[in-house]
Amino acid sequence: MSLSHHHLNTNILPTLSATIPTPFPLVFSAPIVSFLSFISYSPLSLPSSPPIFSPFPSSLPTRKKMATAFSPSKFAAQPFPLNTTSQNNPLTIPTTASPFLGSTRKLIRLSSSSNLNIRRRSGTVVAVSDVVKENKSKSTLNLLITKEEGLELYEDMVLGRAFEDMCAQMYYRGKMFGFVHLYNGQEAISTGFIKLLKQQDSVVSTYRDHVHALSKGVSARAVMSELFGKTTGCCRGQGGSMHMFSREHNVLGGFAFIGEGIPVATGAAFTSKYKREVLKEADCDHVTLAFFGDGTCNNGQFFECLNMAALWKLPIVFVVENNLWAIGMSHLRATSDPQIYKKGPAFGMPGVHVDGMDVLKVREVAKEAIGRARRGEGPTLVECETYRFRGHSLADPDELRDPAEKAHYAARDPITALKKYLIENSLASEADLKAIDKKIDEVVEEAVEFADESPVPPRSQLLENVFADPKGFGIGPDGQYRCEDPKFTEGTAQV
Amino acid sequence: MAATFHGVGATVAALSSSSSSSSSSSSSSSSSPSNSFGSKILLSSPSRSFSVRKRASFTMVRSEGSMNFDLNFKGRRAQQLIANAVATKADSSPASSSSKPGHELLLFEALREGLEEEMERDPRVCVMGEDVGHYGGSYKVTKGLATKFGDLRVLDTPIAENSFTGMGIGAAMTGLRPVVEGMNMGFLLLAFNQISNNCGMLHYTSGGQFTIPIVIRGPGGVGRQLGAEHSQRLESYFQSIPGIQMVACSTPYNAKGLMKAAIRSENPVILFEHVLLYNLKERIPDEDYICNLEEAEMVRPGEHVTILTYSRMRYHVMQAAKTLVNKGYDPGVIDIRSLKPFDLYTIGNSVKKTHRVLIVEECMRTGGIGASLIAAITENFDDYLDAPIMCLSSQDVPTPYAGTLEEWTVVQPAQIVAAVEQLCQ
Repeated sequence: MSLSHHHLNTNILPTLSATIPTPFPLVFSAPIVSFLSFISYSPLSLPSSPPIFSPFPSSLPTRKKMATAFSPSKFAAQPFPLNTTSQNNPLTIPTTASPFLGSTRKLIRLSSSSNLNIRRRSGTVVAVSDVVKENKSKSTLNLLITKEEGLELYEDMVLGRAFEDMCAQMYYRGKMFGFVHLYNGQEAISTGFIKLLKQQDSVVSTYRDHVHALSKGVSARAVMSELFGKTTGCCRGQGGSMHMFSREHNVLGGFAFIGEGIPVATGAAFTSKYKREVLKEADCDHVTLAFFGDGTCNNGQFFECLNMAALWKLPIVFVVENNLWAIGMSHLRATSDPQIYKKGPAFGMPGVHVDGMDVLKVREVAKEAIGRARRGEGPTLVECETYRFRGHSLADPDELRDPAEKAHYAARDPITALKKYLIENSLASEADLKAIDKKIDEVVEEAVEFADESPVPPRSQLLENVFADPKGFGIGPDGQYRCEDPKFTEGTAQV
Repeated sequence: MAATFHGVGATVAALSSSSSSSSSSSSSSSSSPSNSFGSKILLSSPSRSFSVRKRASFTMVRSEGSMNFDLNFKGRRAQQLIANAVATKADSSPASSSSKPGHELLLFEALREGLEEEMERDPRVCVMGEDVGHYGGSYKVTKGLATKFGDLRVLDTPIAENSFTGMGIGAAMTGLRPVVEGMNMGFLLLAFNQISNNCGMLHYTSGGQFTIPIVIRGPGGVGRQLGAEHSQRLESYFQSIPGIQMVACSTPYNAKGLMKAAIRSENPVILFEHVLLYNLKERIPDEDYICNLEEAEMVRPGEHVTILTYSRMRYHVMQAAKTLVNKGYDPGVIDIRSLKPFDLYTIGNSVKKTHRVLIVEECMRTGGIGASLIAAITENFDDYLDAPIMCLSSQDVPTPYAGTLEEWTVVQPAQIVAAVEQLCQ
C-alpha cells in the first residue's frame, strides 16, 4: 500500500459532552473551514456509536446508513456552509468558538467555487497541497511565510540535521553510549510545530527527542553535553539521550517507554486549563504538544489520553510522527487500521493527516491545531507522514527497510524542499542559505568542543537529585537525617 | 477476627493497662501524642497537660454565662485559647464529649479533613481519581469536596489509572499539587509504569529541574473477603522505586497528619490506607498539625521486645500486647508509619533497649516490607540483637475469598503472642 498520496484527510466531530450536565461549557463549533469541516447533529440523537467519516469514498458506508445513524434524517455527511448551521438542528447550540483565522479566508473561496465537487464526495477532503498550490498560483504575494520566517525554519531544520549527524559521528567515536535515536528526515515536524510555540508552551517527546529540545530552544551545547554524559548537560548528565528536559524552555522530556510521555503531556495541558479556570490566570493559554510515533498509537496510554483530552477540552495537540516503522515492525503489520488520524474523531477531536516532509504544510496545520488549543476548543490529533533516514537507533543496522522506500523519501528531504521553495520564491538566496549552513556547522562544532571540555559528574552528584526534598532519604540510626551528612550524596550511606 | 475498633470504648479498653506507662511520655512530648490510644485516657482527666499543650477550646463562655458550642471545626481552629483546668471544668456541657478539646471523627473523615484543609490552604492542590467528585469517593474520603471546590479541582477521571496517574505527574511537573486516588491500591498496579518510571525518576533524570509533589493514595490491604485482587499490599512492590516516599497511616490522628505532610512535601509520596481502618474513631486536635513523613510512631514503649508494625497489623499487635501484658511481658510497639525510608533512629533506640525484634506486617513473606526491615536492622544494629529477628507476615498466597482461609492468611494476635513468647525465652 503506497502512501504516496499526501492529501489532507480531515474528520471532525464537534466535541459534545452533551448528555451529562457538566460545568464545562458546551462548545459547538459551527463555522466551516474547508479543510476542517464540522458536522452538526443534535445531542439528543447521539448515535450509539460514533459515526464513521472516511475520506475514501470506497470505504464509506452508504449515505442512507449514515443518515439513519442519526436523526433527523436530513443529515448527510457534508460540510455545512457557515450560514445554515442551525437550520437542521432542532436544538440551537450557541456558538462560542470563533472561526479559524488566517488561512480560512483563503480557503473558503476555494470551497465555494467547487461546491459541487465537495457534495459529490461524502467526505470532506481538500488537500492542503492543492490549497497551497492554488494560493501560489493566485498571486506570488500570497506566500505562506515571510523571509524571516523562512530563514528561521531553514536554520532550525539544518541545526537539527547537522546536530544529529554529529551525534552519529560522536557515537562511533565512542563519545556517547547507549541508545541514541536520531531524527534525520523528520525535521519538518519538529520545526513546523515547535517554532510556532511560545516559551511557556510545553513540549513532550519520546526517546527521539534531541531535535525537539533544540527546536524548543535548548542550546546545542547543553544537549551535546548531556549526550556526552557531562555535568554541564541539560540534565546534569543524569538523563542521557532519551531524557532531555528543560525547565526553562518547558521541555518535559524525553521518555524511554513509548506512550509514557502522553499522559505527562495531558497533565501539562491540564495544568494550563486549571490555571485559567481555577487559579483565574485569565490569560493562561499555554499549549502542550505531545510528539510520538506510529507504534505508540497502538498503546493504551494513547487512547486513554485522547479520551481525557477530548473530554475536558485540554489545550493539547497530539502529533503523530508516523515514520511507518517501529524499529523493525512496519506500521502496516502492527495496526489494524493504519490511518491514525481517523482515531481522533472516534474520541471527538479533529483528526488531520498532513505530509510531514513538507515543513510549510506542517506549519499550516500546526497553526490551526495550536490555535484551536489556545482558544480552548480542545485537542487535535495530527498525523504527520514522515520518514527517518537512519535506523531506529545507532545500534540498528536498518536492513529491513526497502531501499526503494528509502530513496523515495530521501527525494522528499524536507530541508531540500524548503531550500527549493525559498529560492524559487525569491525569499532567500543561495548565499543566505549557505551562510546559515556554515553558521550551524560552527554551532555544532562548538557544542562538541564545549561538551568535550566539560567535566564529568563527580561522585558527590550521585544521590543529589533523587529527592526534591532530601529528607526523603530518612532518618539514620544516629537520629540525624541522612541528608545532613555532607558525604551522603556520594552513596556511601545505606538507605 | 475483629481487627477494627469502632468507637472509643474498644480502643480505650485495649490499652487500659498501658495507660500508666504512656501517660508519662506523652505529657512531655510536644508534637503528636505518643500513644494515640492513651491520649483518649489522658484527655478525660483535665489536669493532665492542658497547660503544656496549646489546644483550641471549642467552647466560648459568653458574658451571660451561657454555653456556646461552636461546632464548626474550622472556626474552632482559629481560636487558640489556652484553657486551664478550672475554666474547662466550668464549661460543663450537656454533651460529655465536648468538655474534651479536639473533635472526634472517623479515619476517613480525618483524611478528608486533612485534604480539605490543604486544598483551602493552597489552591494548587487538586484531587484526581475515579469517583472522587460527584460520588464523593468510594470510601467517602472526598465527600463534599467537589461541591465545594468544583469539578476541575476534584476531578472525576475515566477508568484509566496509568494515564490519569501520568496526568497527575505531568500536572505536578508544571506547578500543581495533585492528589491521585486509586480506588483500591491494587488498581495502581496499572499505573506502575507511571509510578516507577515517571513519578520516581523524573526529578532525577531531569537533573533536578522538575519536582513532582504528587500524593498517590488509596486503600489497600486485606479486607473482609474482598477476594485476591482487591486485597493486595502494594507497599512491597513499590518499595524499591527510588525517588518516592511511602507512608502508611493507621489512626485518624496520623491519617490526617500524614495526608497533610504528604501534600506539603515536595517529594512524591504514596500514602497507604487500609480498607478496614476507615471507620476508626478518635479524637484529634483542632489545631493545624502534621505528622513527620519520615518518623515512626512509638505506640507503646516496652522493655522486653520491640514489635515493629504498621497499618492494620498495629491493632492486632495491640490486642496481642494486652494479652502479653497480662502474661507479664512488656512489649514495646512501634508503628513504623514510614515504609520508605525507615526511621532507623526510633527503631534503633528501641532495639538497643530490648535487644529483641519482632516484625508484624500484612505484606507477603517474600520481598515484603518486613524483609527489607530485617535487612536494615541487621545491618545497623546487629550488635544489639540477642536473638534473630522474627518476622510475621501474611502467607505467600493470593488472598482467598473464604473467611476462614482469609483469616489464616494474615497474622492473628494469637500468633503474635506465641512469637513474643518464643522470642523472649
